[in-house]
Amino acid sequence: MPEITYREAVTRALREALKDPRVFMMGEDIGAYGGPYAVTKGFLHEYGEGRIKDTPISESVIVGAGIGAALAGLRPIVEIMTINFTLLAMDQIVNHAAKLRYMSGGQFSVPLVVRTVTGGGAQLAATHSQNFEGWYAHVPGLKVVVPATPYDALGLFRSVMEEQDPVIFVEHIRLYSTRGPVPDELYTVPLGKAEVKREGSDLTLVAYSRMVHVALAAAQQLEQEGINAEVVDLRTLRPLDAATVVASVRKTHRALVVEEDWLTGGFGAEVASRIQEGAFDHLDAPVGRVGGVEVPMPYASNLEEAAIPSPERVVRRAKELMGA
Amino acid sequence: MKAVERATKEQLREYLWQMLLIRTFEERSSEQYMQGKIRGFLHLYIGEEAIAVGAIAALQPQDYIVTHYRDHGHALARGMDPKAVMAELFGKATGCSKGRGGSMHLFDASRNFMGGYAIVGGQLPIAVGLALAAKYKGTDQVALCFFGDGALNEGEFHEAMNLASLWKLPVVFFLENNLYGMGTSIDRSFAGGRQVYRAAEHYKMPAREIDGMDVLEVHQAAKEVVEWVRQGNGPYFLEARTYRFRGHSMADSGEYRKQVEEEAWEHRDPVVTFRGLLLEERVLTEEEVAGMEAQAEAVVEEAIRFADESPVPSLETLEQDVYARP
Ligand SMILES: Cc1ncc(C[n+]2csc(CCOP(=O)(O)OP(=O)(O)O)c2C)c(N)n1
Ligand SMILES: [Mg+2]
Repeated sequence: MPEITYREAVTRALREALKDPRVFMMGEDIGAYGGPYAVTKGFLHEYGEGRIKDTPISESVIVGAGIGAALAGLRPIVEIMTINFTLLAMDQIVNHAAKLRYMSGGQFSVPLVVRTVTGGGAQLAATHSQNFEGWYAHVPGLKVVVPATPYDALGLFRSVMEEQDPVIFVEHIRLYSTRGPVPDELYTVPLGKAEVKREGSDLTLVAYSRMVHVALAAAQQLEQEGINAEVVDLRTLRPLDAATVVASVRKTHRALVVEEDWLTGGFGAEVASRIQEGAFDHLDAPVGRVGGVEVPMPYASNLEEAAIPSPERVVRRAKELMGA
Repeated sequence: MKAVERATKEQLREYLWQMLLIRTFEERSSEQYMQGKIRGFLHLYIGEEAIAVGAIAALQPQDYIVTHYRDHGHALARGMDPKAVMAELFGKATGCSKGRGGSMHLFDASRNFMGGYAIVGGQLPIAVGLALAAKYKGTDQVALCFFGDGALNEGEFHEAMNLASLWKLPVVFFLENNLYGMGTSIDRSFAGGRQVYRAAEHYKMPAREIDGMDVLEVHQAAKEVVEWVRQGNGPYFLEARTYRFRGHSMADSGEYRKQVEEEAWEHRDPVVTFRGLLLEERVLTEEEVAGMEAQAEAVVEEAIRFADESPVPSLETLEQDVYARP
């Protein structure tokens, strides 16, 4: 199977979406500049200004105009440069995009895709290294997609373009250059289906986005020590496939949720809660969590590295849960 | 030519009818609120009727309307059924938003009535998007966006004005300047001075101020502006001076306005003035006007009866319409 990067997968997904004339893109520096992460390089030339729209630095109106265009029957894909900047568009995302179908009694649809970039680890410090996908997953009316691999980025995006509701599609800043197999044949990855990335019998590591790779690396280390970890990739936060997670924990009897975000009020707490609801009688240890250290992200490389969950931290916590 | 001579008798009668309908609807809504039939926030449009009626009469059916939470007048002027609007205020299944939105969130897809929005300023970016879609598809639709003076100071206002002007989008930004945002007068909230419409200058957007108490002036201006925008000339900013005769919502102490100021504006009551004009110009007779007033009472009475007798939404609908598919 040919290997491509995560960036190439997103680019391919967007090119496919743009075959539909109702689809157009808007965002900061997606055109002339080629995209802040080079995802839309060459698009302006190829598709023209009518469909690849460079906007002012105006996050509210980027999302709001996307909502309006979606209400009018188009399929806008808007880009907010990073998830940190979506805070300036939160009114549009949370108060409007997520509400209009319900509040209009089903009269209106908002088939809007908001692409954005999450995550730390690029030494961009506190304002540019956050993980707010969990906040959006809190809101009924939104869907939140968090691919970890090139395969999923493309497959999930194809499903996203079939949605009639607003989707926050969250790419990870440190995954763009990672590679993975992606078939040339058409396939899709449905929303709301977690994937068992690695089978194991001793404990379940649950993760999404870049933390899937951290969990996989941890699982490998654990194997050296005779601990056989299963790894589940959530792939979407809303809808959340709790059933796959619960089934895994019922088999392994232990669970460790790994997230890059802060733990307090974080999405991992939701996952932990679903596990205890669905597998309480099967648990041999309390559900564990590993997350970002609760500080605004520091700039210095060593401090930043210490703040983000590493395979080593996951291994340590997993061994505690195993009583080892 | 006098303004009244520019319109046909049928048009003049229709404007008066709509204004009477809105006035009656609002007065009776207020009463229903007191009786506990309507709950939550209720923002009345009394005093501002000339704006919705004059402006919306300038639209074509394919055009879009977005507005704020003070939206009953706009909904009725767009031809929405008073029964469906009243039922929405009552939180009934037969409401125009199936009882999900209430007074502040009226919707009607069949009339491109894209909603009442209750986050101050939130509707402006959405209006820009509707206009963007019209331009993208090459239709001749216009988006008419109403907002209050309170929205002037929101970031979303500036983002929307800038983008609409930059991309020459067919939006009419229609400021209903009633001089107050809740209890805060515009002099205490807006640094741009008394000529508020000049806020558009910064965006190279044409703008003008009109008398929001005069339905014919509003209509004439809206007609010119909507057609100008429809021609592809880009957005336009209209500021209508007006006054709300009641409190901000039903829970308003009303202590922040001076009685002399209120009386001066009430003197210019848009419904009374226009009715007087049509009588004076012999467009309508006293009997005809009395008949229309009785008719408005009857329509609203029927709307109340309908709302009252309608079922509440069934509990099975609670989780419907969150997504097209979960
Ligand atoms: C973003 C936001 N902030 C505050 C409020 C509370 N609020 C509701 S209406 C209002 C006053 C708005 O005044 P204006 O825009 O002039 O409209 P008017 O009520 O005068 O028609 C305020 C502060 C809100 N709904 N949304
Ligand atoms: Mg006001």
